[in-house]
Parts: sequence; structure tokens; C-alpha cells
Amino acid sequence: MNEMTTITTAKDWASDQEVRWCPGCGDYAVLKAVQRTMPDLGVAREKTVFVSGIGCSSRFPYYMSSYGFHTIHGRAPAFATGIKLANPELDVWIITGDGDALSIGGNHTMHILRRNLDCQILLFNNEIYGLTKGQYSPTSRVGTRSPSTPFGSVDRPVTPCMFALGSGARFVARGIDVHKNLPDVLKAAHAHRGASFVEIYQNCVVYNDDVFAGFTNREVAADKQLWLKAGEKMLFANGTKGLALDVERLALKVVEADDPAVIVHDPRNKGIAAMLIAMPESFPMALGVIYESPAPTFDSAVAEQNAKVSEGKKPDLQALVSKGQSWMVGKEPREL
Amino acid sequence: MATATHVLTPEESEAHPPQEAVVVRFAGDSGDGMQLTGGQFTLSTALAGNDLATFPDFPAEIRAPQGTTFGVSAFQINFGSCAIDTAGDQPDVLIAMNPAALKVNVKALREGGLIIADEGEFTARNLAKAGYDQNPLEDGSLAKWQLVHFNISQLTLDAVKPFGLGNKEALRCKNMWTLGLALWMFDRDREPIVDWLKSKFAKAPELAEANIAALNAGHAYGETTEMGGVHKHHLDAAPAEPGLYRTVTGAEALSIGLVAGAQLAGLDMFFGSYPITPASPLLHHLSRLKEFGITTFQAEDEIAAVCAAIGASYAGQLGVTSSSGPGIALKTEAIGLAIMTELPLIVVNSQRGGPSTGLPTKTEQSDLYQAVYGRNADAPLPVIAARSPSDAFECAIEACRIATRYMTPVMLLTDGYIANAAEPWKVPDTSKFAPFPVSFFDKAPAEGEGVMPYARNDELARPWIKPGTPALEHRIGGIEKAPGSGNIDYSPEAHAEMTRIRAAKVDGVADSIPDQDVCLGEAGAKLAIVGWGSTYGPIHQAVRRARGKGLDVAHVHIRHIWPMPKNMAVLLKGFEHILVPEMNTGQLKTLLRDQFLVDAKSLPKVSGQPFTIAEIEAAISEALK
Repeated sequence: MNEMTTITTAKDWASDQEVRWCPGCGDYAVLKAVQRTMPDLGVAREKTVFVSGIGCSSRFPYYMSSYGFHTIHGRAPAFATGIKLANPELDVWIITGDGDALSIGGNHTMHILRRNLDCQILLFNNEIYGLTKGQYSPTSRVGTRSPSTPFGSVDRPVTPCMFALGSGARFVARGIDVHKNLPDVLKAAHAHRGASFVEIYQNCVVYNDDVFAGFTNREVAADKQLWLKAGEKMLFANGTKGLALDVERLALKVVEADDPAVIVHDPRNKGIAAMLIAMPESFPMALGVIYESPAPTFDSAVAEQNAKVSEGKKPDLQALVSKGQSWMVGKEPREL
Repeated sequence: MATATHVLTPEESEAHPPQEAVVVRFAGDSGDGMQLTGGQFTLSTALAGNDLATFPDFPAEIRAPQGTTFGVSAFQINFGSCAIDTAGDQPDVLIAMNPAALKVNVKALREGGLIIADEGEFTARNLAKAGYDQNPLEDGSLAKWQLVHFNISQLTLDAVKPFGLGNKEALRCKNMWTLGLALWMFDRDREPIVDWLKSKFAKAPELAEANIAALNAGHAYGETTEMGGVHKHHLDAAPAEPGLYRTVTGAEALSIGLVAGAQLAGLDMFFGSYPITPASPLLHHLSRLKEFGITTFQAEDEIAAVCAAIGASYAGQLGVTSSSGPGIALKTEAIGLAIMTELPLIVVNSQRGGPSTGLPTKTEQSDLYQAVYGRNADAPLPVIAARSPSDAFECAIEACRIATRYMTPVMLLTDGYIANAAEPWKVPDTSKFAPFPVSFFDKAPAEGEGVMPYARNDELARPWIKPGTPALEHRIGGIEKAPGSGNIDYSPEAHAEMTRIRAAKVDGVADSIPDQDVCLGEAGAKLAIVGWGSTYGPIHQAVRRARGKGLDVAHVHIRHIWPMPKNMAVLLKGFEHILVPEMNTGQLKTLLRDQFLVDAKSLPKVSGQPFTIAEIEAAISEALK
């Protein structure tokens, strides 16, 4: 963003406010990852704005030393749109959660993605409503027991990255709160011009502990995590297995690493991206940058049109009030 | 409207013979182009120098089934050589393009008034659709009016025949034929309409020519045909202050007022909106004015529209959003955030009949409670209301001034009637407007001091700090905060203090607004008619007439609904009786009673139609009996 190189440290990005998440919350790890990433981006604090909605994750802006706006439930994308259109020089980050972005704010998430506003959207997915004390969320799996679903939830969850892809997102990525790769994912999101959608699996120790253990636990991580890298083969299980296309079923299949059919990751391939996102539990979890295909951004299109249609026009207020068909009434008021 | 344009004294006006004003209503199917006809007739009226007021009255359906009573669209205009304040109580002339239009509108026509009907549309089928058993043009049921009918449809077809249009397209020229006749009736120049048709149909010259031919044919028909009861009638120009005039609708006046306000504040404007009747014209007008530093954003919903506007204000532009009652309801939570974060924001409510979807295209002023009280918690904001299309211009500037000076959202109330109605407007000299430039706070705190986004000036406004300003990074949000630093603070002391400050700041707006005036009559009169918004015209005329009859009555019209002018208590307590005519069930009445402990009485009207002068005049007589 900034033309001059801004040298900062992770510490420079921490605000003086006491962090108030539950001990052990995954949010701490994400906060640290973001604060560690910011210096590497070479951006200025004063040109950075963190915008959030409501929920545990949405307290995030208070803990960053940049500008921050903690808004209302689900609406952060709309505020961010106004901010970015008003001042395209600002580097805008949206911090949101599964309830905030996909339940009450689903509409705005869809529209910011299809418009492709230049910003980073970090969706902290913990599959639960934390701040309201543990109700199930739109990403909770069927059968989730919670105060509002004592017999288990019966509605089917949304897949955030699939929602993003379907909404027209041009950058879709996944990360894990405590994983060392998260800063790389954040950097890629920042480097992308347009709406960068990042789903971060975030563990809620109080209401939904270990819900992602099936692919985040150390013992299973190698077999259950597929970290995608552009131009590299889709390998996992310590490089022993890979993904290939089952052409007859038009689906992905697991093959041995030396199989020549192992797919090389091309982030511009939307079809494969959709398959990667939708892989069933028996497959590894696709992580990293799943899809990236840049397109003109909303803010630049608005700015260009504003400039283009204003070209050669003088903002003449007197001419504006006098517009249309008008008539003169002479000096002397007419007699009755 | 008379206030803006005329130098007539009430006495002059009262002395003026009433027949110098005429009320004409054009009524037809919603596909007949009646609003267009009315609009062009309005223009020719204005160019002839008459004063005027209009009332477009159209159905919610874009093209309701043809020929039905619920698909009738009407446009009423009151014009004359004297001051005109309302669109007129009763039409003198009704132009009915089909049986349904006649059926819906004839009741309103003055006894002895003139009906001009297109007999070509009075077919058995159309009569049945309108619910007529017999043809009213033939059965004598219209005897108390003067009736003239001829086959406008056929005459139009004949006139446009040389242009080879299809039957349907040819019949579309009917409204221009009718307009031509109306122009003849009132001795008007056809030239401006011809120019307008040429530019409207620049890409289809044959359509322009056909419409012009229809217009000329209608005019010629008046000139050459003997029509019993229809005469050429010339109305002299109304007396007016010298200067340049134009016609303006409320939506136009509001949009250029917002532009002027932003310019006077030295700010770019961000307008976030979502289409809703009758507020959309504001979005349409502003989207064409980008050279004034205006960004318009058609959001995905009402909530996103206001949130984006608040975001833009946060980033240093003037955020504006606009809707009608149901949309304002959706925006309410976000308006609360703007109050909490103390950011400038202008919320325009073009009121319509409700609740819920209600009467989308009909007018009402029933969102006063919503504007003043309609938010969760103690959430005060300034509320101002426009009284007429041209007044909307000044109110928009006033809203910009208050929002930026006090760092607060401002609610600007208008209504469907003001938004769509047109009136002559003396073009103001914009160089005479006093600028109110905004200065963003950019002073870095001293070493060891924190940023104080909630510090206060003498008027309790907080500094406006734009993101992008070095050394002033800070966080704001909807959570209660500590005075000064704005850091999260739930303590009892902080909430009590911040609640007090937010209210005191808005109350303080009263220090920079003018005293409430009495626009007709004297303070201390026996009866005050207290109004707000678009009831101005009928109240003003009714009070004028009552005073002409020697009644001791005054007209008070309130622009600043919240906070009210500081002299309001004393002023209201000086009247013996207070009557509040409103197009709701008594909302301002309740507010006045609550604020000033006065015995204000209500004169409600909730029919979706504006007050007539006669209704208010009768209430005045009753109150002073």
C-alpha cells in the first residue's frame, strides 16, 4: 500500500488494550499471526483499518494498533465497502466469524465477494456461537448439541469456502489458527488485489473444543492436511500420497505420490478448487490458497467511472441549481 | 409555493378573485402517460409565469391491468395568477382518459366543473372493467357537471396516421393529443413541449414527429371545434419577485441541497441507498452528479446502504443514506452505531403510508415517532422536516451543517407528496451561502499522551479523525466507552456520563437554530395551527382564509422537530388553543404535549391523501366556535 517501506515489528502492531479472550482460545494465535505478518507487508499502521462485526473474533480490531472499527453484527463488509470507496488508499481487513459472516451477515458476505472489493476477509470459523454462550452456528455439523439444540442440531451446515466460491470470490484460502503456515496464507491474501477470502479454522476451547481435531491433531496432521502450493503437485502424508482426477466420476481420488496423474495445483482452476473444497472427510483437508484468479476490483471500477464521467465537467453549483427549463421574471413585480 | 416566490401580502391574496386559479386533474390508465402529461403541463404553466402546485397520485403497480380502477393514475395541478400553496381541494377540470379514470376521480370534481372524456375508450368492455352498468357519458348520471366527450383515441390515430406507427404505438400518442388540447384551453405555448419531445425521442425521430403531430392536432381541435363549455382561458402571470425561476420537485431540490451542503462543508459525499418508493428518485438524481465529488452506491439492502454511508463518514466523506419508513426501520441498528460512535450521517426518510408495506405510493407523515424515538436505548438525534419541494433544498443544507458541526446522524423527513410534487422555485444565488468547512483533527498527541477520539469541544462535538492520519490510530465501536479515550468501558460511571453527553450534545443543537417563527398571524393568537412537513400548504391557505373572515388564528410550522427551537415553550404557551393537523394519528401533538405540557389537540388524516384547505378551515371554525 505504502510507497515508502515502512519498517515495523510485530510489537508495533499490538495496541495497549488488554486482550480479553478465554485462555487457550484460538483467537490468540490468529492475533499473533496477524501481528507477526503485518511488518512483512510493509504497510503503514495509519493506512490500515481493521473492521469487524460482532462476536468473539470481532473484538480483534481493539487489539491492533492500527485504525479499527468494531461495528454491528454481520455488517462489517458494508462498512468496509464505504471505507474503501471513500478512501481507496486504505488497506482494509475484515475480521468476522461463522455466525457473523454466514448467518446474520451472509448477504453482505455474498455481495462484497461478487463485487470484489479490495480487502482481506478473515473468517474465524469455530463452528459455534461463542459470545452468546455456545449455541450452534451455520457451520456446525448435524447433530451438534448446544444450549439451543439439546437433542442435536438437525440443519445442514454451509461450507464457507464453497459459499465464497459460489458468490464469485476471486481468492479463496484456508488456514488453521495455530499452524505455522497461517502467516503465508495471510501474505498471499494481502498480495491479492480484490476480496481475499480466508477461512481460518479456530478452536473454541470452551464451547466446541477439538472440533477440528480430526485434521489438526499432531498425530493425524500429515495424513489429513493437504497444503496447496501453486505450480506444485498436490501431495500429502509426508509426500507419499497425492490427489488425481477420477475422470470417469469427475471427482478427486487419492493416489500414490509417484502416480503421473497427480495434479499440479493451478489456483486459477475453479472446477478443481470446488472439488478441493468439497472433499469428504475421508480425504485430507485442502489448505492454503485454493483459488486465485484476479479480476478488476469494485473500488477501482467505481473510482474509474467517477473520474471518467466527471472528465471536463466543472462542479458548478450555480449551474446545477439553475438547471432545467427556467424563466426570468422582470424587475418590476407584475401588477395584480 | 408562495413563500419562496411571491411578494403578495395575505391581504392582497385574500382580495384576489378566486377564479384566477384553476385546478386541472389528468386521469387515465397507468399506461396512458398521465404523469408525463402532467409534468409537461406543469412546465408550460411555469413558463407562462403562473404560480402552481402539483399532486401526482399514482398506483403502486407499475402497469396494473389495463382499464381497472386500481390502475388509475392521476396528476393534479393547481395554477393561477395568484399565490398557490396547495394542489387544490377540488378539480375544476377533469380529463378522463377511460371509464375507470372517470369513476375514481369524478367524485372529487367541483359541482359544475368540466369533464373532458375520451369516448373512444368507453367501450362495453372498459365500462364493465370499471364497474359501470351503463355508459355514464350517455345516461345522464354526470348531470351536475359539464360534460364534453369526443373520441380522442380516434382523433389521435388520425393525426399520427402519416407516420406509419402500429396501432398500439399510435395510441400511445393520446396523452400528447390531450396535452395539446389543454395547452389550447389555457392559451399556452407549444414550443417548449415540442423541444422536449424532440430531445426525448432524439433516437427515434418518427416517434417525436408523431407525438408532435398529436400535440398539434389536440391544439387545433380546440381552436376549430365548437365544444360546448370548453373555452380558451388565459391566466395572467402570478406576481413574483424578479429573478430566475425553474420548477423543482422535492427529490430534485433535496438532491441539489445535499450537493450544496457537502460543498459548503468542503467534503465529498457518499450516498448509499437501496431502491424503495418513493425515495428512489434521490438516488437517480445523485448518481448523475459525480463531478461534485459524489459516489453513489446501490447497496444489496437497506442495512448495507446505511452501513456503507457510515463507513464513508468514518473515512472522511459525508455519508448520506435515504429510504422510506420500512427501510429506515431496517437501518435503525446502524443509526444507533452512528450515534454511539458519533459520526456525521444524514438519513433521509421520504415517508409513505404504513405500517409495513402500507401505501407505497401514497403520502403520510407517520414516521415522526420513528424519527424521534424509534431506536433501542437512549439514542437521540436531530430531526428536521421539509415543508415543500423547495424547502427540501434548505433543509438538506441544514442537515449537512448539523451533522458535521455536531458529529451526529441527522434525520431529514420529507414525504411522498413533497418528493414527487413540483413547484416554481426562485433559483438561489449560491455564492451567498455561508460555508461551514469541516476540519479534520490531525494533531498528534504529546509524548506519553494517548489519542483522545472522544475529547469534546464547547458544543460537545468530538474530533473527526480520518484513518490515514499518522499518530492518531485508534479504535471505535458500538461498545460503551470511556469519556475522552474512547476505550471500552462498561463501568456505571462511564455509561451514565456518555449517555448524558450524547443527549446534551443533541440538545445543544438548539443553540444554533433560529427561533420558531409564526408564519402567519401573531404570537398569542387565540388559536395556533401548528404543523410540520408537507401540510404547510393547506394549513397556510386555511389560516389565511380564516383570518380573512376575522378569526384570531395563527400558523406555526416547525422545521426543527428535535431539538425544537428554544423559544418554542414560551411561544406555544402564549396561544389559547393549539390544533395540530397531521397526516398521522397525532404524533407531533403527543410530542408537543410531552415536551411543553400544552393542551395540543389533534386533527388527524390518514387517507393517503393530503389535507384539503376546506378540511382545515372547518376545523379552525370549529375550534373557535
